[in-house]
Amino acid sequence: MARFLVRRLLVAIPTLIAISFIIFAVLDLAPGDPTGNLPLTIPAEVREQVRRSLGVDDPFLIKYAKWARQFFVYEPISLFENATGITFPGQEGRLRILSWQTRSPVSDLIVQRLPQTLWVVGLAYLLGIVIAIPVGVYSAYRQYSIFDQVGTLVSMIGFSVPTFFTGLLAIIVFSVHLKWFPSIYDTTLVVRDWPSFVQQLRQMIMPVTVLAFFNASQLSRFMRSTMLDNIHQDYARTARSKGLKERVVILQHVLRNSLIPVVTLIALGIPGVFTGAIITEQIFRVNGLGDLLIRGIYNSDIPLVQTITFMFAVLIVFFNILADVAYGYLDPRIRYV
Amino acid sequence: MSDIDLARPTESLQAPTSAATRKGAAEIWHQFSRHTGAVIGMIVFVTIVAVVLLGPYVYPVKASETNVRARNQGPSVERPFGTDNLGRDLLAQNLAGGRVSLAVGVSAMLISIVLGTIVGQVAGYFPRLDGPLMRLTDLFLALPILPLLLVIIMLFRDTLRSSFGPQTGIFLLIVTVIGITSWMNTARVVRGDVLALKEREFVTAADALGSGHGRIMWFHILPNVMSPILVSASLGMAGAIITESALSFLGLGFPSDVPTWGRLLFDGKDYLNITPMRVVWPGLFISLTVLSINFMGDGLRDALDPRLRGRE
Repeated sequence: MARFLVRRLLVAIPTLIAISFIIFAVLDLAPGDPTGNLPLTIPAEVREQVRRSLGVDDPFLIKYAKWARQFFVYEPISLFENATGITFPGQEGRLRILSWQTRSPVSDLIVQRLPQTLWVVGLAYLLGIVIAIPVGVYSAYRQYSIFDQVGTLVSMIGFSVPTFFTGLLAIIVFSVHLKWFPSIYDTTLVVRDWPSFVQQLRQMIMPVTVLAFFNASQLSRFMRSTMLDNIHQDYARTARSKGLKERVVILQHVLRNSLIPVVTLIALGIPGVFTGAIITEQIFRVNGLGDLLIRGIYNSDIPLVQTITFMFAVLIVFFNILADVAYGYLDPRIRYV
Repeated sequence: MSDIDLARPTESLQAPTSAATRKGAAEIWHQFSRHTGAVIGMIVFVTIVAVVLLGPYVYPVKASETNVRARNQGPSVERPFGTDNLGRDLLAQNLAGGRVSLAVGVSAMLISIVLGTIVGQVAGYFPRLDGPLMRLTDLFLALPILPLLLVIIMLFRDTLRSSFGPQTGIFLLIVTVIGITSWMNTARVVRGDVLALKEREFVTAADALGSGHGRIMWFHILPNVMSPILVSASLGMAGAIITESALSFLGLGFPSDVPTWGRLLFDGKDYLNITPMRVVWPGLFISLTVLSINFMGDGLRDALDPRLRGRE
């Protein structure tokens, strides 16, 4: 187990280096000038100095090495210092990754925006899981029943209809016509008392429901098919012939085994929560991580975009490893080589 | 030796290509036509394609024609879908948008299928290349696709626009980037099948008869991996249509003078109070297209793999 983990981590390092290189190269090779949006009245020499101070004209590999040092060494140190208040000696002069738009450290911006994303998109993911598992179990248990047929159709619809359409439909119906919920998410709202809590709930209902529906329909189909794989196995028959109650057979024997691949799928889907936030946050105007990225792209804020995109890659690699480890932990039949 | 043992080699030396595939096609069609969802999906899909392709001949209104006096109109007899904020006819825009969206879906899917099949075939056939190619596949799977697509389109849009013209440039860019970032699953499935097929007698026989690697891969192995390729083609097309609309919805796909379903959604989302139907039509078109393709893919998978019938 430990050997497997070390091996996986060792493979992850070159993968991450390769990905960071790809992301860096794409952004670096692209045409586009960070001083392009500055006022035209700025003289050419000043413009040149701005470019030099940003390090735009350095050779590619030097820029990459500088960025890598900032991302892997300086930023973690800063985050650690901000979180704990401990200051590392001899690290005072380090350069942070600065956003070209706001001139503030990128990691501070990310820390500011992360809670909104986690609340809306994370909650939707959890809700999706809570809906999907019972639906999947029951449809598999009563295969070909009305519930199963309707459930399959609904999940097919939920899986095919993009969230940017269901979200807009929800806004038309519930905000424009019924006026039940606000169509714009107010991130400045602070929950202090009961009315502001209700307000917060009202603005969260639509985005969370739309996303949860999408997540649940993907997951419930998978839950159903792994349940069907297990429900006709010999051990289920043995459990029944021992005289166990049907409830115990399904919930304790079959469900436990069927959950193994589902748990890994859930872990693999977590990075998707963050990338999916890009679209959801645009529909409901939630001012989270996805919104930060989109604004960064529109304003060609290269350090910001690089950092967020690479952070997504780190999440994908990390949760891939986590899924593999979870699989082995939950299923003793899996042997690590 | 029994009769069976004598009979088996001669039988399996024949690559199950021509005759077997032809018989298989009829059988597959039979299974496919018994899948209610797949048949309805096919009818809906064919209808959408027909409407989008033939619509302009029946309804000859130009999509780009503006008329500021008749802006933000609701549905009427002469303008069945109403008009947008510049007075452009929305039915004509949806028809034109459908042609672009479907073209993007088909072309991106073809690129991704061709890439995936080549990588999968080569990785499965040549053991030496298997490791490196599969590491490459894993690397692509670990890329954060949506942010990367957005960044690439944002950065290279203007360059391609100026060298190929506004419509062709952005079309080429979007189709290529979607194709290049979606071949991985096809490659994995094809590689798995090729690994198994390579050990079969008909491949050994073809090798013994002096067929080159290319010939074996093209004439003997490829026809036998067609079924997983077809299934991933259908999923790939649905995925490409969704990705294109998502990009356009974020304002980073096609420019607004080239309508696509996603772009119409993006342009319409700021007018939900005045003309809500503006987002309903393109949204319905996207959803119905993707839904019908997914149902067809489901039916196809069931028809091609009897073990899966009734699962998923």
